Amino acid sequence: MSANQTPFEFTQALRSAADKIVAKYPEGRQASAVLPLLDLVQRQNGGWVTTDMMSAVAEFLDMAPIRVYEVASFYTMINLEPVGETVVEVCTTTPCWLRGCDGIVQACEETLGIGLGETSADGRFTLREVECLGACVNAPIVKINDDYYEDLDPDRTRAILDSISRGAAPPPGSQTGRKTSAPASGPTTLSASAGDS
Amino acid sequence: MLDDKDRIFTNLYGLEDWRLAGARSRGDWDNTKALLEKGRDEIIQEMKDSGLRGRGGAGFPAGLKWSFMPKESDGRPAYLVVNADEGEPGTCKDRDILRHDPHKLVEGCLVAGFAMGACAAYIYTRGEFHREIEHLQAAIDEAYEASLIGKNACDSGYDFDVYVHPGAGAYICGEEMALIESLEGKKGQPRLKPPFPAAVGVWGCPTTVNNVETIAVAPTILRRGSSWFAGLGRPNNTGTKIFCISGHVNEPCNVEDEMGIPMRELIEKHAGGVRGGWDNLQAVIPGGASVPILPKSICDTVLMDFDSLKDVKSGLGTAAVIVMDKSTDVVQAIARLSKFYMHESCGQCTPCREGTGWMSRVMDRLVEGRAEIAEIDLLEEVTYQIEGHTICALGDAAAWPIQGLIRHFRPELERRIVEHTLESESASAEAAA
Repeated sequence: MSANQTPFEFTQALRSAADKIVAKYPEGRQASAVLPLLDLVQRQNGGWVTTDMMSAVAEFLDMAPIRVYEVASFYTMINLEPVGETVVEVCTTTPCWLRGCDGIVQACEETLGIGLGETSADGRFTLREVECLGACVNAPIVKINDDYYEDLDPDRTRAILDSISRGAAPPPGSQTGRKTSAPASGPTTLSASAGDS
Repeated sequence: MLDDKDRIFTNLYGLEDWRLAGARSRGDWDNTKALLEKGRDEIIQEMKDSGLRGRGGAGFPAGLKWSFMPKESDGRPAYLVVNADEGEPGTCKDRDILRHDPHKLVEGCLVAGFAMGACAAYIYTRGEFHREIEHLQAAIDEAYEASLIGKNACDSGYDFDVYVHPGAGAYICGEEMALIESLEGKKGQPRLKPPFPAAVGVWGCPTTVNNVETIAVAPTILRRGSSWFAGLGRPNNTGTKIFCISGHVNEPCNVEDEMGIPMRELIEKHAGGVRGGWDNLQAVIPGGASVPILPKSICDTVLMDFDSLKDVKSGLGTAAVIVMDKSTDVVQAIARLSKFYMHESCGQCTPCREGTGWMSRVMDRLVEGRAEIAEIDLLEEVTYQIEGHTICALGDAAAWPIQGLIRHFRPELERRIVEHTLESESASAEAAA
């Protein structure tokens, strides 16, 4: 965990967003809100949380700070180190591996000029390997910030990353034009509804 | 093949509107009040009669699980917790329900929650499903707005809340006790059972944890009747199921079909067949990463349901069919899963924490053949020392793929070791010369 000299306090806006989350849980069970709150704070801080922020969350939820630290370090989506503006996460678990994720990793490394687990010097990109993202029939998959890019190949991956480098927001989802998780040449079922869209 | 009229997830691919208006046009929320008026006992009886077995992997009878909830409250509230922490490699069915048919799930929460006397449902959704959570939350908001949930839900006199709880990237939280811990704001480390969740679950209260698909099919079963659902599939393996077909097929896809469909028919009818034809098939993992791999000879005839796959020492699991053609390095495919379990072990129980790492390291050597023949037996023995010796089933899940590999592909493992030994012997002979 990096030391952070700026004390962190909940702003009014953050406090009211946090109150809304806490209200979902029964009275006295506010600790349940710890993950959503860490996520909220992380989003406001460019994608990672400092020790001060975790302590502030602990205070807000009336938890021992160590309980918040151990939660933060247990879950892979909470970052305890700074990350790039764009976090590129390549799934390499078996279903993606069968569909060529090795080539996707290579395309990402070459395009971004960084290896897995690294952040580019200009702070724009972080590249990571992740475990199963749960979109296996659209493998291989890359998660870029909050979106899934599916049915990739190395060329499509490069094009997406180049486009993001130029400041564009390429459309997520299948990159081959197929409808979500349906067979590529069209659904084999639900024929009555297939034409209605 | 299943008729379209018997399909439950009629917007599986998101071709139609997923919002309330679209959901209503597909029959969701149609006089839900009447379903609730059947009363708790009748709903649970219908679910039992339907034969519905849990869709999250273990296949426990859903109606029976619901019946474990206390009939009378001792003062503690009761909760329904929906497991939407979909992360079993190969599995991506709940994702389609969350994003394309979220109202089926929300309505299912009300019906199931009512039947078990719960005051609220918490839908624990994996954090990576950010866009899916947006759809689900929008559906919940619509349902509140239309008074379908909340105070006097569907004008039934019953108060019921539905909340989304996001996870943050931990496979283990798909295990029900780890999920409950995580929902309480802790690390996702499974609790010992007993006490079972129906007695002491989330926040110390009676709780039932069910998979998304299990809950989402409940309203349709109640509308069309248990005999309709029980008439599909095979005895003890009834109804329909969403299958996820990934890997080396021509058209990977999700599809809802009847339980007990032959694996070959499933792959050929819906997923465009195996790449290079059926004879190019090497092996299939039929139910998500945790279940043992099957060689082609078994795939030729096996049926896709709980009992048929159990009979061939594998399992239906989440019905995630991972197909591997003859070009696949099958040892590497399983070694990658071993790495997955090493990464995802929560570290609580020694056999799993140490064992998953040990197995992964041995598997990596077996990929290259850098091992002794006797180590295959040693590895197999260690898998049995892990299996059944941990608090939760992650240890079992890490052991089974390796057991399946050794059971069906031992000659391949031995071939690599022999080849590697010969190579290194000739290399050292050359060096000596």
